[in-house]
Amino acid sequence: MSDTAAGHGGVKQWIARRLTAIAPLITLVFLVLVFSAMSPSFATLDNLSNILRQVSITAIIATGLTFVILTAEIDLSVASVANAVGIVVAWFTMQEAYVNIANLPLPGAFAIILAILAAVALGLVTAAGVTVIGIPSFIMTLAMLQIGAGICAMLVRGQIAYNVPPLIKFLGSGYIGPVPVIVIVAAVFLAVGHFVLTYTRFGRYVYMVGGNREAAEFSGVNVKLITASVMVIGAVCSGIAGMLGVAYYGSAQQNQFDDFLLDSIAAVVVGGTSLFGGVGGIPYTIIGLFVLGVLNNGLDHIDIDSFLKVLIRGLILLLALVINVYAQRLRTK
Amino acid sequence: MENNPGETPPVLELGGVTKRFGGVTALTDVDFALARGEVHGLVGENGAGKSTAMKIIAGVHTEFEGEYRIDGRPVRLRSTADALAHGIGMVHQELSIVPALSVAENVFLGSQPVNRFGLLRWRHMASQAREHLAALGIDVDPAMRAGDLSIGLQQLVELGRVLFSGARIIILDEPTSALSPPEVKQLFGVIDRLRGQGRSFIFISHFLDDVLEISDSVTIFKNSRRVATARAADLDKAAIIEHMIGRSHQELEETYLHQLELPVRSTEPVVLSARGLGLKGAFEGIDLEVREGEALGIYGFMGCGQLELARALVGKVQPGVGELLRGGEPARLRNTADGKKAGIAIVPESRGSMLFSDVPVYRNISISILERISRWFLKPREERRIAAKQVEDLKIRTASVDALLRTLSGGNQQKVALARWIAHEPKVLVLAEPTRGMDVGAKDDVVKIVRALKERRMGVVVVSTEPETILSLADRIMVMRRGRITTEFAGEPVGKDQLLAAA
Repeated sequence: MSDTAAGHGGVKQWIARRLTAIAPLITLVFLVLVFSAMSPSFATLDNLSNILRQVSITAIIATGLTFVILTAEIDLSVASVANAVGIVVAWFTMQEAYVNIANLPLPGAFAIILAILAAVALGLVTAAGVTVIGIPSFIMTLAMLQIGAGICAMLVRGQIAYNVPPLIKFLGSGYIGPVPVIVIVAAVFLAVGHFVLTYTRFGRYVYMVGGNREAAEFSGVNVKLITASVMVIGAVCSGIAGMLGVAYYGSAQQNQFDDFLLDSIAAVVVGGTSLFGGVGGIPYTIIGLFVLGVLNNGLDHIDIDSFLKVLIRGLILLLALVINVYAQRLRTK
Repeated sequence: MENNPGETPPVLELGGVTKRFGGVTALTDVDFALARGEVHGLVGENGAGKSTAMKIIAGVHTEFEGEYRIDGRPVRLRSTADALAHGIGMVHQELSIVPALSVAENVFLGSQPVNRFGLLRWRHMASQAREHLAALGIDVDPAMRAGDLSIGLQQLVELGRVLFSGARIIILDEPTSALSPPEVKQLFGVIDRLRGQGRSFIFISHFLDDVLEISDSVTIFKNSRRVATARAADLDKAAIIEHMIGRSHQELEETYLHQLELPVRSTEPVVLSARGLGLKGAFEGIDLEVREGEALGIYGFMGCGQLELARALVGKVQPGVGELLRGGEPARLRNTADGKKAGIAIVPESRGSMLFSDVPVYRNISISILERISRWFLKPREERRIAAKQVEDLKIRTASVDALLRTLSGGNQQKVALARWIAHEPKVLVLAEPTRGMDVGAKDDVVKIVRALKERRMGVVVVSTEPETILSLADRIMVMRRGRITTEFAGEPVGKDQLLAAA
């Protein structure tokens, strides 16, 4: 290669290497421009606040899922665990007389602690299945998805519960001035997630295990412990998202979170975090969340057949993934 | 090659075959002939050309110079399928049995009998398979899962498949390396029977005793050339080894044909020992000791269990029986993290299983010491400083410690793997195939690195299938054969021929 060619290669390579990060950003900008052009009500400050609010619960789930996917595992039970833990916190809270569930007169803090413990317990079951027994996470969390749904069904028996502890109500549906608290909570989760992944030893191990599991093992990393930890982190993030979601929606019932499974996985992957592990991170997830949020919100602002919207949404997600795969290929060339 | 008039031509014949890969000549002007009903042994060191010859015969390499004749007629094979159509089949060292399928399905793999609806004829298949295997003297239930059979039986089932697909010339690549003595006997029984039926075999092996026992004639390769072909009855092990490693003056130096004086047995404290260590299907009854500042070499052919042993020493796999003692204390290693805590580490034989290619060089090095330099939060500056020191000490050629690992050359990547553990300074370092694929200069660097490790009182275990590597690095040598340690050399002169003979 001549000098000039090498110089060109350098620039090209520089762009190529950042393309995984740039590609979803381009998708995002493209979507914003299209929706702004098609609807005057889209590009407003009010609507930005809407979008932020709408992606907040997904963001909390996606924070945990980013850890999981970075280690090249997957968690299909996130939405189900969210639902179950949301119902657990309501179950330990005094409800109206006509809601026939436990109706325990427990202090709110107690209900929250019990709900978080439930999330940890569900995460530990998943972790044990994956690391001790050796069930692939795809299958193990598929079972947990069903178990979570089962817990929901048993606890509410087809009813709807409305009351949650005041703290949860504040975090999920309160406002500080004009800012929805749930947006702040989501931002805190993302920030802490990013900090842990980037600046701590544990975070480094998460990337290394995902980058080359065998090499991590040969380097003396306790791969099973790291894997188990991310599964628990995934469950706890989902559980907290579930509790706040109950407050956000104002009720706890079965199948309430079903959309969040696809949304949270899509956010992480569309953002550019590799399903094969080791590549990506929270900044990518944030871009992915915005792509999802803008897409979901924008389609409501333009005048098209509402039955067609689902299909369009799927096609745009597919397109984003295709762009990511090509960007990835350019990077490793 | 004497080809008496009136005699039938050889079933397979190579004439003046040369094979080049780019600038490297892998095979130079090789003649080879295989008679009907003959078992022909093929021996030589790694890289001597026997596997290239075998791949030409099996239709894997289709481009070469020279003649290839089957039944006296020149042929040009286009693929392995083409080779099989000409009656040439191969049983690889890595068996291609499908463990989840039944014995019958494996025998018929790729040619399962179907009825006119395209459905498998199970009963027909099972009875055919049983008959077919029984004809070979193999008594197995065709309904059994192939993966549940012993390695020896799996191999015979695969041999059965190759025969069933119509092969009359069968290439056996290292067929005895994973077999127990009775299994070897059974295999030889089957080969003998088939030889009587007029099938021909090419028997490739490092196990010279086995080659001499079963072969009618033996061809020896060295440095891409055929150096000798003789009746097995006229050869013995020593004569074969002599041919294999040559005697020319200049070669003496680099091939360790001369006796290398091992240092007197070390009396330093024992850092790691194994008592009766065993792992099913890999090794058994392993007793060994590694002393401070000493390099123990473990030599053996591919598949003799040495790589599994290396993994068991560091906690990557858990031995079924026996115990490890670290500095005299029993050490139960549940995983490599336990191994690291006990001060035992490994650089495995393949780069892919050791390195993070899309990650900067410094992180590849610092991963072993993160626990030491940071409790919770990373200290990237400290990581880079330590990595930079290793890069300098080991003369690793890289643009910077921030360069991605995959931008480095292979030899330099291997040094990064070493650097990772040198930075950590374990008490015992296991090196599996530490010089594989390295050029002379890089090999020399490894010798220096190991010397430096010993000076730092580290115990080193070198595991290799290359006698040169063992002889250049080890102070004491144990030879493994089929999962057992057969011989130990210490404080005496030893040469490559002795290692080969003991393995």
